Amino acid sequence: MRRLRAMPGRLKAASTGAMLVLLLFTSPSANAQPQPPKDFVAVDETAPGEQIPAIPLVATAYGFIWVVLLGYVWTLGRRLRKVEGELAELESRRKPPFANATGGK
Amino acid sequence: MTRSTLYLLALAAGMFAAAPWIINAAPNEATMGLVYKIYFFHMPSAWMFLISALVAGVASARFLFFKKATADGWAVAAAELTVLFGSFTLVTGPLWARRAWGVWWQWDARLTSSLVLFLMFIAYLLLRRFGGPGSDKLGAGMAIFSMFNVIFVWVSVNYWRTIHPPTSVVPTLPVEMGIPLWYCVTAFTLLYIVLLRLRARLEHQRARVDELYLAEES
Repeated sequence: MRRLRAMPGRLKAASTGAMLVLLLFTSPSANAQPQPPKDFVAVDETAPGEQIPAIPLVATAYGFIWVVLLGYVWTLGRRLRKVEGELAELESRRKPPFANATGGK
Repeated sequence: MTRSTLYLLALAAGMFAAAPWIINAAPNEATMGLVYKIYFFHMPSAWMFLISALVAGVASARFLFFKKATADGWAVAAAELTVLFGSFTLVTGPLWARRAWGVWWQWDARLTSSLVLFLMFIAYLLLRRFGGPGSDKLGAGMAIFSMFNVIFVWVSVNYWRTIHPPTSVVPTLPVEMGIPLWYCVTAFTLLYIVLLRLRARLEHQRARVDELYLAEES
């Protein structure tokens, strides 16, 4: 501690920076990550045991998209119908009264 | 609904209905097995997520700098679709990762920046919903700011240490995997165009309703 205090400010900053860099590059979390795949390789068959756990995940992924998408389209249609009804009502209210009357003929 | 929108919707619905057979015909992947097939919906969803964020940003810039009132409707529509496609990406990704990486989530640059982008557009929608007067301009600024995160999301896999596959995977795909992927990309793009048009129409109709109410009051 006394030695650190005795160091000039620039040297102290440089040694602290070097320690931080060293810590960053030697941290276990940085080294433990597996490497990303460079490309995808096609195979004809997969071991039967491997296919079992994948099916619920694939089904959940596709099921989620289908359900949310259908729900969204439904709500969008409902909102559109509602606002178009409101717009039609407002526009009919804006028309002058004689426009709807038949006595003009 | 215009006739072209109706045709596009029918085409997109037909493509989505046929998609399970086309995806099922694709081969399994050597190391990931069957679970990689999530990719055929995950990747197009992610593309639409990023494209939609860009659309929202560009439309907001048109609204803010060129005073195009209709552009605001397009921005709101695109922002809502960013959240929709973002939710697809952020739900299907962890389902794939659970089997492929052994974990649901990894706080790496790609996943974290995608989550931040998603949260930014949720914040945008909340601001537009509850922000009151002036929230359109504030929201436009926010959408422009959020748009720049798209670049960060896109390059993150190429510049930072990550276990997410890099962008270079797509061009190197074998033909039997590439065909279903591009089929799904086309289906998602068509769907995105249809939903964007319908959602923007809703926003433009709402603006017209507001105008009429104001005209009645004055």
